[in-house]
Amino acid sequence: MTDLIVNGRTHHVEADPSTPLLYVLRDDLGLVAAKFGCGLGQCGACTVLVDDQPVFSCLTPIAALPGREVTTVEGLGTEKNPGAVQKAFEIEQAAQCGYCIPGMMARAEGLLRRTNTPSEAEMRAAMSPSLCRCGTHIRILRAVRRAAAMRGGGVTDPAEPVA
Amino acid sequence: MLLVCALLFAGFLVFAHRPAIAEVSTPPRTAFAAAEIERGAALSRIGNCTSCHTAAGGRPFAGGVPIATQFGTLHGTNITPDPATGIGRWSQAAFVRAMREGVARDGSHLYPAFPYDHFSSITDADLRALYAFLMTRTPVRAEAPANRLIPPLGFRPLLAGWKLLFFRPASFAPDPQRDALWNRGAYLGEGIAHCGGCHSPRGALGDEKRDRAYAGGWAEGWYSPPLNADSPAVRAWTADRLYTYLRTGLSSTHAAAAGPMGEVARNLAQVPEADVRAIATYYASHMADARASRHEPALADRKPAAIKAQPEGAALFAGACAACHEPGAPMIVAGRPPLPLGTQFHETTPRDMIQTILHGVSPPVGAQGPYMPAFRGTLTDAQVAKIAAYLQARYGSVRWSDLDKEVAKARKEGEQ
Repeated sequence: MTDLIVNGRTHHVEADPSTPLLYVLRDDLGLVAAKFGCGLGQCGACTVLVDDQPVFSCLTPIAALPGREVTTVEGLGTEKNPGAVQKAFEIEQAAQCGYCIPGMMARAEGLLRRTNTPSEAEMRAAMSPSLCRCGTHIRILRAVRRAAAMRGGGVTDPAEPVA
Repeated sequence: MLLVCALLFAGFLVFAHRPAIAEVSTPPRTAFAAAEIERGAALSRIGNCTSCHTAAGGRPFAGGVPIATQFGTLHGTNITPDPATGIGRWSQAAFVRAMREGVARDGSHLYPAFPYDHFSSITDADLRALYAFLMTRTPVRAEAPANRLIPPLGFRPLLAGWKLLFFRPASFAPDPQRDALWNRGAYLGEGIAHCGGCHSPRGALGDEKRDRAYAGGWAEGWYSPPLNADSPAVRAWTADRLYTYLRTGLSSTHAAAAGPMGEVARNLAQVPEADVRAIATYYASHMADARASRHEPALADRKPAAIKAQPEGAALFAGACAACHEPGAPMIVAGRPPLPLGTQFHETTPRDMIQTILHGVSPPVGAQGPYMPAFRGTLTDAQVAKIAAYLQARYGSVRWSDLDKEVAKARKEGEQ
């Protein structure tokens, strides 16, 4: 039995301690935003936040998580009341197929929790571990710039202004 | 007494004084032959100049890289030909003096983090090629941040005292008993490549211990393993294997180039093949008497015993590492070295294994090279220590202790 804190709620999980967080989120807790992509920590589709840091949930055993706070995209807002990152991704229409987007949003949220005034280079470095096969990176970067502005900050040297 | 001190101090200042060398206007590109610039480009890669002179995400050779030492933080300087903030007004004579004697154009002494103790053996022709290469880069106006050193080390004349104690200009004389390739490797390795800068131990004042050359040293919080008969590798470092490692950043019988070594491989992938062959030949000969050269041992995999001894570490490993590292995993099938070959498990310190877990591996050469995600945000220090204990129990050949403390230290020194 492992106690997991996900989006502010504690869950008692029966799974083996070596089980990756991703499987527990999707199969046991019904939180299906984070996706399985490669299972090797290379694509970023499974990214969630642990104590505000982006991690690959496919390579994070639940044994590593007691006492730590997991945040998934479901924890950033609701359809009616989206969080700034979710709203910005929607406004910029950053999703094409959408498979990478929950990981992208988690990464953006992690960055903006650390600083809402990142530099363009900092933002790109923070987002780069997540891959998008559709090629919507330009829109994703716009969305992150917009989210930074919506949170009262902004990218300090934006490659393009928030429209 | 006061007078004697004052006189001694004045005498020291006279001793420490080096004259400025007159400023020149930046030589035009036409002052240098294209082949010379190209040769200088290769030498600058072999010398790994960018690791101290190009900041992460910064313009090439524009400096500003923080270099943590036990005496405080130094910053790599701007070596682009910018007249105001770089070396644009340096004559070739000033450049040569800096490389061989550690004295800047204005006469101030340079800190020995700049390895002039190695560069002093570089030939006139190669120094001219390096000068040609640097003076034809794009000038970048960028002042390096001020150094933050323990007082009074910011007072540069003191470096004349350090030089008196420790600086012995190197010279290169070929060994007639060895062939041309080996001698070429010795010239490059001991000089411009300054491999001993990381792989040799240093004394309390940062002096490289030449009498214990290649006995293992430290770089940016990583351990640089011995390159002599004490090499901890469990497979022989032949010249061919070392060549492949230096050229591609991966040896299928050892490990991937990680930490500061990644950039070395990235640079060596882009220089003439013969130079890398030479360096590999030279260092393989240093390790000819290492234990793996005599006998390559069978590799232990004590999995059941390790699970029993370290159940928490085993569970963390199974969830975080096994997808790539268990026998039969896709990465192993694709030809990456099996874990027990990893030199890190056989080093006298767990530092490199811990740093690899914390920082992962960026592909050293090209985007297709070996990759491992960083676990520093995923795992706590205690969890990394548990995985380390499990790996030691499963594969290790050295007794490590205080793994908790080792992880905390590795994390601190690796993030400076």
